[in-house]
Amino acid sequence: MCGIVGLFLKDKALEPKLGAMLSEMLISLSDRGPDSAGIAIYGAPSGNEAKITIQSAKPERDFRGLDAEVAKAIGAPVSIAVKSTHAVIRTTPAKIDEARETIQALRPDIRIMGAGDVVEIYKEVGLPEAVVERFDVRSMTGTHGIGHTRMATESAVTTMGAHPFSTGADQCLVHNGSLSNHNNVRRELIRDGMKFETENDTEVAAAYLSSKMAHGKNLGEALEGTLSDLDGFFTFVVGTKNGFGVVRDPIACKPAVMAETDQYVAFGSEYRALTKLPGIDNARVWEPEPATVYFWEH
Amino acid sequence: MPATNVSKATRDQSHARVFDLAELSLRELNQALHQLTPGSNETAWEVLNPKGSHSVAVGVDQPVAIDVRGSVGYYCGGMNAGGTITVHGSAGPGVGENMMSGSITIKGDASQYAGATGRGGLLVIEGNASSRCGISMKGIDIVVHGNIGHMSAFMAQSGNLVVLGDAGDALGDSIYEARLFVRGKVESLGADCIAKEMRPEHIELLQGLLDRAGVTDVKPSEFKRYGSARTLYNFNIDNADAY
Repeated sequence: MCGIVGLFLKDKALEPKLGAMLSEMLISLSDRGPDSAGIAIYGAPSGNEAKITIQSAKPERDFRGLDAEVAKAIGAPVSIAVKSTHAVIRTTPAKIDEARETIQALRPDIRIMGAGDVVEIYKEVGLPEAVVERFDVRSMTGTHGIGHTRMATESAVTTMGAHPFSTGADQCLVHNGSLSNHNNVRRELIRDGMKFETENDTEVAAAYLSSKMAHGKNLGEALEGTLSDLDGFFTFVVGTKNGFGVVRDPIACKPAVMAETDQYVAFGSEYRALTKLPGIDNARVWEPEPATVYFWEH
Repeated sequence: MPATNVSKATRDQSHARVFDLAELSLRELNQALHQLTPGSNETAWEVLNPKGSHSVAVGVDQPVAIDVRGSVGYYCGGMNAGGTITVHGSAGPGVGENMMSGSITIKGDASQYAGATGRGGLLVIEGNASSRCGISMKGIDIVVHGNIGHMSAFMAQSGNLVVLGDAGDALGDSIYEARLFVRGKVESLGADCIAKEMRPEHIELLQGLLDRAGVTDVKPSEFKRYGSARTLYNFNIDNADAY
């Protein structure tokens, strides 16, 4: 099964509530997947700062003094905000790749959840409610976000196997379904220079989109490519720095419902996920068509 | 489930028994429906705040009327035997799955596999139905005011599927003896499904179905009929190489 949600705000007045709204959407789908849960929030751009979300099984050991050590190594100011097993490292955008390499050299046990100008990604083993509480997602503000609660099929129940998967700056993807040609596609993408952290099929879909966009495709074109290049069952919900996209495979057996009002575009695996959204009773509610790309950009 | 909770349900002035799912559990609703016995005076029910709940009014086996005020999730009205269920909203996957008799009306849209494996009764979808509508239908009648998605009536065995709008890809793939009537465009026909002549008995049958579904502004002559070419019924030795 798995449950996926997405929320793309059009009305700036809702931005302070993004975390709370997305949290409730995800919690309502808890019984679609009890193994792990994750959420990606796209915050407001801060201008001269980029972020890396990191995770450690031993946060007290790995996060202590990390900001000062990275700052010294890269010669730029670095801050760290710890949230349970995750932390957000901030530094100047020009130094972000160097900071990432430095973190991995200094603390080999730290996992990178994602990086970019605006995205923060939190994911852990456990139910959505627990994950939302642990990372205080309800208090987060932002322009758009996606979330996932997992019933594992293709790889182990671990933090790294949880969604969203992020394989490019400010890009991430959640998936309901299973891919059957992910090993082949992974090999092709590795030849193309993509790096992988897991054996998971969904990570391949994320990397596929990142690779296409790195080669100059826009989000819509990259999503269109999944229909011919990825084999298997999928409903994907994707976030980019300023965009939000949805695509379902041609068989479309994985459920999907969307709603749109003047204030937002929302996605849920089921209508249950949308029932608490403001104005839902008057929203345009529809089932996205098979093999059809939907995307919105700010 | 304690029976005392069920008594919290109240009666409104029209004597419908009102069941608010914001206050009572789905299991309490379905249990109360299952406890109905023949001749019960509680023939009118109203369900409030379904909010996408799964399995609303599944397994009803008495001739009662149930009005659901809002949208439902998976499997609403599944296995219905004699109930008259109206959803004043949209329905998730599998509405009316394996219905035996009675009727289900969806005022909005229906998701995948509406009426799947249905054996009897009438399913009316006033909006659109998505993929696999009427898959493996075995005697149910389905009337869709809007369009239906791909792979509808896959392996349909008997019964009638009436579509006032368009049908998606692979309509009636591997169909047996169900009759398909489509007023609009058919994206493509599935294996062994062909267009067939509309004879007087089909016009008469379709008029009856439209009447039962409350469709008054559409004539049977506007539809095309599709059904089985019956070439897949028996193994064809010429195809042995394919296996």
